[in-house]
Amino acid sequence: MTPLGVLRTVTRSRGPGGEVAVGLPRWVYLPALLGACFVILPLVAMLLEIDWAHFVPLVTSESSRAALLLSMKTATASTVLCVLVGVPMALVLARSSFPGQSVLRSLVLLPLVLPPVVGGIALLYTFGRQGLLGHQLEAFGIRIAFTTTAVVLAQTFVALPFLVVSLEGALRTAGRRYETVAATLGARPTTVLRRVTLPLVLPGLISGAVLAFARSLGEFGATLTFAGSLQGVTRTLPLEIYLQRETDPEAAVALSLLLVLVAALIVIGTSRRRSGGVL
Amino acid sequence: MTRSSRAMRIGPTAAALAALAAATLVAGCSSSDSTPAGDTTTSAAASPVTGDITVFAAASLKKTFTELGEKFEAEHPGTNVEFSFAGSSDLVAQLSQGAPADVFASADTKNMTKAVDAGLTAAAPVNFATNTLTIVTPPGNPRHIATFADLANPGNQVVVCAPQVPCGAATQKIEEATGTDITPVSEEASVTDVLGKVTSGQADAGLVYVTDAAGAGAAVTTVPFPESSGAVNTYPIAELKSSENSPVAAEFVELVTGPTGRQVLAGAGFAAP
Repeated sequence: MTPLGVLRTVTRSRGPGGEVAVGLPRWVYLPALLGACFVILPLVAMLLEIDWAHFVPLVTSESSRAALLLSMKTATASTVLCVLVGVPMALVLARSSFPGQSVLRSLVLLPLVLPPVVGGIALLYTFGRQGLLGHQLEAFGIRIAFTTTAVVLAQTFVALPFLVVSLEGALRTAGRRYETVAATLGARPTTVLRRVTLPLVLPGLISGAVLAFARSLGEFGATLTFAGSLQGVTRTLPLEIYLQRETDPEAAVALSLLLVLVAALIVIGTSRRRSGGVL
Repeated sequence: MTRSSRAMRIGPTAAALAALAAATLVAGCSSSDSTPAGDTTTSAAASPVTGDITVFAAASLKKTFTELGEKFEAEHPGTNVEFSFAGSSDLVAQLSQGAPADVFASADTKNMTKAVDAGLTAAAPVNFATNTLTIVTPPGNPRHIATFADLANPGNQVVVCAPQVPCGAATQKIEEATGTDITPVSEEASVTDVLGKVTSGQADAGLVYVTDAAGAGAAVTTVPFPESSGAVNTYPIAELKSSENSPVAAEFVELVTGPTGRQVLAGAGFAAP
């Protein structure tokens, strides 16, 4: 008998409402498999396309290394920014209530559904030389356009909702029981936050930060529109891939694999640490 | 609360995937049953050509080719010209991967040569237009840029195309010929991105094609420079081997390379080859 069959018999014998593992209907596996293929197949196709003999020289060329280094630096910076402002945002959204909160949440999560190019245009009219804030900054001699700062801003803009969403979810799931107990015992709000709330939602915070980092690493549209493209300054790995494609498709494929590898290593590495250490 | 909102989030995603699948199916069907439509409407034209063709054309040809397509359909009732506009190298890549098309118009000879070498063309390419670079600045030219050499002035924030793309190759060629060394603040992957950085006021100046400058109208000030003649970009067009409607494709190439094409292209700033 198949494991599924066993499971079904067990479920039936215990009857509804009993504390048993609920089996999945068998038909669920087919669309799930199709979905998995839809995601995995393009990666396989890319792997097959790689010119392995030239892979190392392609990904270690000066422009590739500059792009990878810039991507890692900017994605790290924007993840730090996301944590600095995203944690308080998630706390406010999850732990307080005020009029217009749901509207605010929708607005904050907007970059999640916004095409990145639109985000880039919005940033341009905010921090650009003639933008809302950029105009004032220019007066102080601060210029954001065409700098690495612009790349970090673009990445933070698109990555922030990922951190806020996962942390807010973690906060709601964790509930307020321990916080209430701590407060009853005389702990001040800052102590509760530092000693109870944050340790409790640390796994959620880590996964949120990982998502934000991965999103920053892949950011393309907003960077292209807002920051420009110059080696070592604003040309991150996705922009380098986009440009290489014009003249050297093999290099573009090799760099794409590099990007996938970096992203996969980060996601797998942190998920293992999460399940092993924290939880 | 969290559970219900999560369920709601899955909804639109599933719907989007379904729509994507449906679109793919529809696209697949429509490309397979491209039977010549309107076979009864034989017009007064000498050789009545009917049916659909797909033209892959460089992004810079969008305006002129759309107009030429409408003229062609009016002159040849029963025909339908579909366009796919993108970067020339993207188009060649798509054609090499088997994208169905009847005509290819490239923004440079390099990409057309790629198509010819890949055995994609059915006839020898014909040059139908040329384009040169020009300096564009935000309206009014606030930094008073007057010459090509002014672009090398460190105080000016200049945006150019990356050397990997045709407009960047042309820029590099002029830089080398004139001994000017521009230090750009950004090297964009497409000429439209350069134009965007200038029209939005981010850059003090940019190097684009004269046709892009003409298309931008009052959003930019154009500063022509004589050295631009040192890098002339030639646009070739060719009928493709994969064409399933060769008479219509040949007729369209004829229109583009003929007097009608010249008139429309000249109106947009393209020079004769």
